[in-house]
Amino acid sequence: MTSKQHTAEHGSQLEQVNGFTNPGIPEHKPRVTDSSPAAERMAERQIAGWFILSMIGTLWFIVSYFLFPIEDGSMGSIRLQNAMLGLGATLALFSIGVGIVLWAKTLITDVEVVESRHDIAGSEEDQAIALEIINQAKEESGIARRPLLRNTLIAAVAIAPLPALLVFRDLGPLPGDSLFKTLWGPGVRLVQDPGMVPHEDRYIRAEDVTIGSAFHVIPEKMYESEHPLNEKAKAAVLLMRIDPQELNTDPAKEDWGVDGIVAYSKICTHVGCPVALYEHQTHHLLCPCHQSTFDVTNHCAVIFGPAKRPLPQLPIAVDDEGYLVAQRDFVDPVGPTFWEINTRETSEQ
Amino acid sequence: MSTAPATTAVGKAAQFTESRVGASKMVKEFGRKIFPSHWSFMLGEVALYTFIILILTGTFLTFWFKPAMGELHYEGPYIPLKGVEMSEAYASTLAISFEIRGGLFIRQMHHWAALLFMAAVSIHALRIFFTGAFRRPREINWLIGIALIALGMGAGFTGYSLPDDLLSGNGLRIIDGLLKGIPLVGTYVSFFLFGGEFPGIDIVSRLYSLHIMIVPALLIAAIGVHLMFVVIHKHTQWPGAGHTEKNVVGEPVLPTFAAKGGGFFFMIFGLLALISGFFTINPVWNYGPYDPSPVSAGTQPDWYIGWMDGFLRIIPGWTEFYIFGWPISFNIFSALLIAALLFGAMAAWPFVEAWVTKDHREHHILDRPRNNPTRTAFGMAAVVWYAVMWAAASGDLMAVFFHMSLNDMIYIFRFLFFAGPIIAYIVTKRICLGLQRKDREIILHGYESGEIIRLPHGEYQERHKVHTDHEVWALSSFESPEYVPAEPDPDGKISKWERRRAAISKFFYEDRVAPVTKDELDAAHHDHGDHGVDAGSHSGGELPRGH
Repeated sequence: MTSKQHTAEHGSQLEQVNGFTNPGIPEHKPRVTDSSPAAERMAERQIAGWFILSMIGTLWFIVSYFLFPIEDGSMGSIRLQNAMLGLGATLALFSIGVGIVLWAKTLITDVEVVESRHDIAGSEEDQAIALEIINQAKEESGIARRPLLRNTLIAAVAIAPLPALLVFRDLGPLPGDSLFKTLWGPGVRLVQDPGMVPHEDRYIRAEDVTIGSAFHVIPEKMYESEHPLNEKAKAAVLLMRIDPQELNTDPAKEDWGVDGIVAYSKICTHVGCPVALYEHQTHHLLCPCHQSTFDVTNHCAVIFGPAKRPLPQLPIAVDDEGYLVAQRDFVDPVGPTFWEINTRETSEQ
Repeated sequence: MSTAPATTAVGKAAQFTESRVGASKMVKEFGRKIFPSHWSFMLGEVALYTFIILILTGTFLTFWFKPAMGELHYEGPYIPLKGVEMSEAYASTLAISFEIRGGLFIRQMHHWAALLFMAAVSIHALRIFFTGAFRRPREINWLIGIALIALGMGAGFTGYSLPDDLLSGNGLRIIDGLLKGIPLVGTYVSFFLFGGEFPGIDIVSRLYSLHIMIVPALLIAAIGVHLMFVVIHKHTQWPGAGHTEKNVVGEPVLPTFAAKGGGFFFMIFGLLALISGFFTINPVWNYGPYDPSPVSAGTQPDWYIGWMDGFLRIIPGWTEFYIFGWPISFNIFSALLIAALLFGAMAAWPFVEAWVTKDHREHHILDRPRNNPTRTAFGMAAVVWYAVMWAAASGDLMAVFFHMSLNDMIYIFRFLFFAGPIIAYIVTKRICLGLQRKDREIILHGYESGEIIRLPHGEYQERHKVHTDHEVWALSSFESPEYVPAEPDPDGKISKWERRRAAISKFFYEDRVAPVTKDELDAAHHDHGDHGVDAGSHSGGELPRGH
């Protein structure tokens, strides 16, 4: 069945549906502006008024640009300029829009017009001509008669994009063992995360970490590394001191803390957000992105949310000068779970 | 052209153009094309106009934005960040906001327009779905529309990640984690995108070329084809008197539709200017430059990414498991699966519906949503499903607002993730069937006229009046899909797939309210006296039900 027959059938159905006959387009009802010259003049004046308002808006934008300068360091001046430019632009643009739409609604004729639909498919004649052209092209090019040419061409075109893919190889290095290594290692001192303005490393003494306190920590000399942010994204650590009575210590990790001071990776094992919220009462760590919750008293096991793996613990000790240092790098890989996570032991150091 | 030589300047210009462009053919072709007028047809227009505004404002921003991650110490006018180490991208965003006059205004307009664009695109898609406008011959355009939504999400994400502020950097961190969680290739994909380890120094310039070149080029191409199809198919129209499958009733492009459309463009533009002048969006100076360690509570992506983020919040951790030591992290990468599921279901729907109903005809008259209760119910189930995930992205803020436990909040969302769509399906279907019955009653019993009459035996009644033919037509001229039982193929066998189709068809269309027929209406009028005085409607007579 061709599409023509379909539509013809269907069309006639809609002239009469469920026994009702399509009553046709309702009679056009004239608007006030169609019949009253006074209303028409009024509409005209209103529309022109909107256009004039738009011009005022444009002028206001230009005036504000100079009248409300940005003063250095003053948020108020920026806010004021932004608002005044916005006001000008709003009047300039919105008023044009209202004017035109009002014009269309009051003065331009609103008599509905009917357009017929036509078949989307070409006529049978057109289709036959198209087919003939394609057959002729096939014949003239010999693409069907010369399979050797056709097949070698297809093969050549098929593999030609490979170099285009290949040159993207250097988009990045291969992961290698970079996801298993951080800047932490034996004797690397813990220093306070300086936040936005890096300053000299501030080491942390065990006695500075009082019960209930939490330190945001990075490895020493991190800002001297080649890519500090890359290192920070793996090495950021939270340091907390908890009454040793409350800690539920795994015998294998018994000496990983110092008198209740424990250090855990701050990078969530779900998708890598910083697990930045520490609840002092419950000793829970909460990730603000997806609400994974970790229990510090229980080696940061997941107690709620989408993360699966516990936050890796950084084994720490106190060095000769009394500062907190790492015993070694993390044993378990930090951050989101990745495919190769179990393929190797983290670096033995 | 063999017309007489023009004398006026305008005439000469017109002749110059005509003899080189052939503009008269275009005017003849498009000038009196008909567009039906209805508010729901403006949603796509909003999307188109906001896209134009995005191109205009975005181009402005490129003149100052520096897509580079080299570190510098901020020496600009914004005092709280003086001396802070930050990337050039972040510093130039601050400069656009605080040093370029009107820069903040244009930046905010760009961001607000993006939010509005995605809203318009999404609601436009819902309009298409709920009215059945995706049916033949418009299936391909529906698929292009879905691609446009996905591209819009891509454009938005690559855009708001550019300033390299704390908020967007955390968004990228989540993308990094998401990619790393993909089995087999995850770490490679992440390393190739970020040029090595996260965050690296390449991602902003890479996102920049995606954001200002590749994604917009694809968007423009897809929008072009999308509109070309509107010309080829002509616009759909609502059922109404005079509207048929063979015509389109409305306003001609010149002058009416062009005027309304053009005016509407300026109104949208003005509205965005108003919002951008008075309401802050994405104040990156409050967040600070990206740093992998801090994060603020209540972080959220732009709204159209929210549903995927919400899904990441409600999926429990036990969905990560290991097979011979290899991790399958559904708690991570299934955010991508959920997007594939939603977009895939949307893409498949027109073909599934045609298969189930065996209706492969062209449709140019829209369905009122109530007249296809099953489709509408499925659509609402999807909307609710999306909305649950979307709301879950604000679960932490809601918990604070309602003084609830964060965990309870997430348990509620986990429950609603499964129950919400089912409830929405049932409720929507019942509402649609109820509305259809109401339509039947309106046609069969007329409307309440407000005139009270007293019958000879003293009873008071309100006179009901019949509707005009036009009103009756608008309410009754629809086809109601019916259960199509399994039919044998030419060999006389009923295939397994045909049986499945019949089962789905039964599920879809077993509950059905038939449209009023002329015979029913005549009978109703006959029963109640020819002049539409309906004595029965208040004494609770059962409505004739179709089945």
